[in-house]
Amino acid sequence: MSDILVLIDHSEGTPRKVSLQMLTAARRIAADTGDTVAAVWLGEDADDAEEVLGANGAQTLYWWDDEDADAYVTLPKVEALEALLDEHDVGAILFASSNHTKDVAARLAIRRDGGVITDVTDLAVEDGTIVATKEVFGGATITKSRVADGKLALFGVSANAFPVEATDGDAPDVVEFDVDLSEAAQAATVVSVEKQGSADRPDIGEAAIVVAGGRGLGNEDGFELMEELADVLGAGVGASRAATDAGWYPHRYQIGQTGRTISPLLYLGSGISGAIQHRAGMQTSQNIVAINKDAEAPIFQIADFGVVGDLYDVVPALVEELRDRAD
Amino acid sequence: MKVIVPVKRVPDTAGEKVIDESTNTMDRDAGETVLCPVNEFAIEEAVKLKESTGAEVTVLLIGPEEAQSTIRKALSYGLDGAIQVTDEAITGSDAIGTARILAAALADVEFDLVIFGNQSTDARTSLVPAAVAELLDLPSLTYARFLEIDGDAITVHREHEEGWDVVESTLPAVVSVVEAINEPRYPNFKGIMAAKSKPLDVKSLADLGVEPDQVGMGDASATMYEFTSRPPKAAGTIVEDDGSGAAASDLADWMEEQKFI
Repeated sequence: MSDILVLIDHSEGTPRKVSLQMLTAARRIAADTGDTVAAVWLGEDADDAEEVLGANGAQTLYWWDDEDADAYVTLPKVEALEALLDEHDVGAILFASSNHTKDVAARLAIRRDGGVITDVTDLAVEDGTIVATKEVFGGATITKSRVADGKLALFGVSANAFPVEATDGDAPDVVEFDVDLSEAAQAATVVSVEKQGSADRPDIGEAAIVVAGGRGLGNEDGFELMEELADVLGAGVGASRAATDAGWYPHRYQIGQTGRTISPLLYLGSGISGAIQHRAGMQTSQNIVAINKDAEAPIFQIADFGVVGDLYDVVPALVEELRDRAD
Repeated sequence: MKVIVPVKRVPDTAGEKVIDESTNTMDRDAGETVLCPVNEFAIEEAVKLKESTGAEVTVLLIGPEEAQSTIRKALSYGLDGAIQVTDEAITGSDAIGTARILAAALADVEFDLVIFGNQSTDARTSLVPAAVAELLDLPSLTYARFLEIDGDAITVHREHEEGWDVVESTLPAVVSVVEAINEPRYPNFKGIMAAKSKPLDVKSLADLGVEPDQVGMGDASATMYEFTSRPPKAAGTIVEDDGSGAAASDLADWMEEQKFI
């Protein structure tokens, strides 16, 4: 019996939502293969999360309790996974398909002859092999891929691809381990971490609902309105490239071909025409709402619900309406 | 200082993208191709280093002869020369195979810094920069929204979902940049003309000592074996607002029906 390792993405002792979603994915695989679902926690404070990891299906928790996990760039995490590969029989590794974690997978794949599939939206077992579904070309094409036989299989799981499903699982068996970091792993130092934006507002990559604003906002104050709407909905806030290039909102929140790709349950775009470069980053959203003055804007072609009108009339009214209905 | 900027020829996002059914790989000749838009941020950062430190900047591209227009486009921003790796065996290489070829090409030349774009607009895996760094045993300072060189010290602000990490290392290093890092200039007429006469060094896999069976389709570590087009979306509900914001109530009804509120 092998382990399906789930590399837990966490912040301040709390697993991110995508980590719990990955446990669901691992549990589904393990149900077919008879493998064990093993969460991997690199860094401090795993004891705060044992319960929630167990309740979401982790049977084992491999824990490297050391601040070095985050003190250097990428390689401590690579070498921690190597330490686990040395000791245990591993069927596959699931990781969050986010910026920094993709680097961990890429470097591990080189060191341990792995194959990596990123941005996975579904995983299944067919004829004993794990197959990964992903959406390419801005969601226009859906593909199935697998890692070549005999190679270490690494799957980068997209946020919101799987549900969070609590089981009545007990706390996992905690197995602490140590990592003897190589000199190379200590070559690039993390000097500080700068956190930006609202701690209460979810990241657009993970949010169930994303509110996005574009050129039609006309100025940066328009994003205050976007944030107001987002906060009523518990949503994240994103922007089109026109808006980030104009300096109205940070580039980090840009949705599109040169920015982030998001797949929330609901995307609500205001003042965004929906050029192909933007659609490449949001087309796979499960539901799309558009508010735009221009009835010919291409975004209406992919909208489930569209409002042709001035966003400065519609959005404040929507905020009011949503507040009233919440009461 | 020597800087290398690996660039990629990608299908125009606005154009049609087609998967070749005989190979299950993207048909790269089906539509318009362009220099990957994310590469422009890497090139701009290299040009800035050229201006501030006199760095010599070389473009590196893997691709067939037709890709030379992409190389000239990259050179037109004012870069110094180019390396092209071309070989029939390369076709169908995945991210790991691509990284092996790039790493072999980099190992064959002198450099202090490699500047990638953080993703290509076609495959968008973001795996290549870190894989190249691993193959060369170098730090991977990726997703840079800020980069500063001081002697052989490098500081990078690595963007992530919550902000960024400030990281430090020494050269040589591999970085990738995100679009927040700068505002690329357009090539000027002088640059476009000069690009035509910049040196281009064309290499085969054999020149780099890469065995053909280490790359290409045959060695792909992950393979796509089935694909389908997403079914067209049913037309949505479109309402018109009369200027009073009244349509917001229709939208709220829809959101309630869909259980978003």
